[in-house]
Amino acid sequence: MSPPPKQPGADSQPTRSGQPVGVMRSARDSQPTWDSQPTWDSQPAVNSRAAWRRLVRALHPRISRAQLAVGLLCALLGFAAATQVRQAGQADFSGLRQDELVEVLDQLDRQASQLEAQNWELEQERDRLRASQTQDEAARQAASARAETQGILAGTLPAYGPGVTITVRDPDHKLTAPVAYLLVDELRNAGAEAISLSGVRITASSYFAQDEVGALLVDGIVLQAPYEWIAIGDPQTLETALGVPGGALAAVRTQGGSSDVIQHTAVEIVATKALRPPEFATAIE
Amino acid sequence: MIALLGLIVGVAVGLATQTDVPAFLAPYLPIAVVAAIDALAGAARALLDGIFDDRVFVTSFFFNVLVAALLVFLGDQLGVGSQLSTAVVVVLGIRIFSNAASIRRKLFGA
Repeated sequence: MSPPPKQPGADSQPTRSGQPVGVMRSARDSQPTWDSQPTWDSQPAVNSRAAWRRLVRALHPRISRAQLAVGLLCALLGFAAATQVRQAGQADFSGLRQDELVEVLDQLDRQASQLEAQNWELEQERDRLRASQTQDEAARQAASARAETQGILAGTLPAYGPGVTITVRDPDHKLTAPVAYLLVDELRNAGAEAISLSGVRITASSYFAQDEVGALLVDGIVLQAPYEWIAIGDPQTLETALGVPGGALAAVRTQGGSSDVIQHTAVEIVATKALRPPEFATAIE
Repeated sequence: MIALLGLIVGVAVGLATQTDVPAFLAPYLPIAVVAAIDALAGAARALLDGIFDDRVFVTSFFFNVLVAALLVFLGDQLGVGSQLSTAVVVVLGIRIFSNAASIRRKLFGA
């Protein structure tokens, strides 16, 4: 059987120059070194029928040394391949070699340090936010304390604390506005922090007057005797200040009135005064 | 026939026993498997050529596996283990392909 014309290209190797195919075959048949030869098929398919015949013969089950040896090795290969496939499918680190493991470890290290840096940054930010929150809180507390102080002093907030109540009776309706003013002055000198007169809060802008029939006016409100003063401050100091000779209560007496001063550990001033926002003045920062 | 049977039995046993690859064999087993496949392809080709010899097959099987494992081991010792095992796989892959091509040409004449 002559070989069919060789196909150029494809996956064929050029035949060794000039050497007849038949010669090569016979040389190889005499020396079965199929696995030591370059495996490139250097000869075209010569006899496919013969090849099929050999294949069928080999597939015939018969017990021979060759068959048993090949079967055993195939079993070994199958076992190893199956085991390896299963192992590779597990995708753990046991199948990796040392440098690959080092690479993986390196990567994890880098990742860890990156995450650590991120963690540190986030912690910093958290601390900063927390500090600013504390600061805000402190500022808010300070502002509310200041608002309370100013509210009490300006008369916009009800106040509570130790103080005195003073009842001024005026049976003859002869008490004048300057006497009331004098009383407020005495109380303030003695350190009164909040004062009210018959339900009217006395503040820095309060004024006293008398109407045409001689009734006492405070901030435009007509008051009726007896006048009930409430002052918050040190009760002892307040009473002493009121009782000094030539003081406010002495003036009340000279105008035909009478008064009682009672010290309290706690008095309450519920009267408040609405503030008018300043129209002309602005604060200097 | 017995070869195919052996292959099937081997795969079945391998799947059934769930054997764990020992750690010292782990880098060599895949290369060894590829080398064995190469030996098998060579044997099939020799069979079709009518020059199959079981002694040669057995020898080449173990020799291929041994040489491949040795190369990988050497590569590991030299610090080029992964590159050398890639090289071995490439060479064996080329051999398997050329053997397959030769088998195809013998069986189908094309």
